[in-house]
Amino acid sequence: MWFYEKKLQYPVKVSTCNPMLAKFLIEQYGGADGELAAALRYLNQRYSIPDKVVGLLTDIGTEEFAHLEMIATMVYKLTKDATPEQMKAAGLGDHYANHDNALFYHDASGVPWTAAYIQAKGDPIADLYEDIAAEEKARATYQWLIDLSDDPDLNDGLRYLREREVIHSQRFREAVEILKEERDSKKIF
Amino acid sequence: MQKGMHMPSWYKTYHPYVSPMDPCPPITTKRYSTPPNLYLGFQPPGLEQFTPSAALKAGTLWKYFYDPYYSTREMKKGVRE
Repeated sequence: MWFYEKKLQYPVKVSTCNPMLAKFLIEQYGGADGELAAALRYLNQRYSIPDKVVGLLTDIGTEEFAHLEMIATMVYKLTKDATPEQMKAAGLGDHYANHDNALFYHDASGVPWTAAYIQAKGDPIADLYEDIAAEEKARATYQWLIDLSDDPDLNDGLRYLREREVIHSQRFREAVEILKEERDSKKIF
Repeated sequence: MQKGMHMPSWYKTYHPYVSPMDPCPPITTKRYSTPPNLYLGFQPPGLEQFTPSAALKAGTLWKYFYDPYYSTREMKKGVRE
């Protein structure tokens, strides 16, 4: 069960009218390493993973939806007032033809999201290593988005999201350490 | 950061080969990220913390893990929060 708080995890501010940034940002919405893929991956894997790390997957999977909502807000702010001509000029003419100004789960090239992006192998180490890889790929995506964007307020939000990927990767790595720990051995920090 | 802990750099660079036949002006230095999560293993107790309000802005409670990314364009402009 979830409780919804009607606010964003981090304030989203966009200072320049540049719908083309929305085309790039949508990569983190419906892309292979995006927030939707991350949320669904972790919230599904958690059923078949040792009890000790179920809570971690629940927490991180839930937070990914908070990130998804931030990306959605960024995309929405950048496109809500765009005319069909502006959408076309921003490279979003094909998006407009199918979706008007609505958001949709596809990547920056328009490829729709698919469950083939994610895996649940049932092997705890295999699954956690996939999760670590997913966080590093999302971190890299945020770097390239920051490189592409010249909007200081947008980049502030993207930097926050990238930092969360760093933390999530750290926690998944710690989960691996917990699962591989030898019983009765001395704990060394 | 705890006393005596080695502080790694969160970015590394390398210099790719430049051919005399390259069609475009070469990028002589490439940068890549090596974030804090690669170095610490299981987080030790007693790491230094941000204040709660600074932590909410940074995206982490722990100073060690704070690693903001800036594009080269931003760095040229001297952008820092």
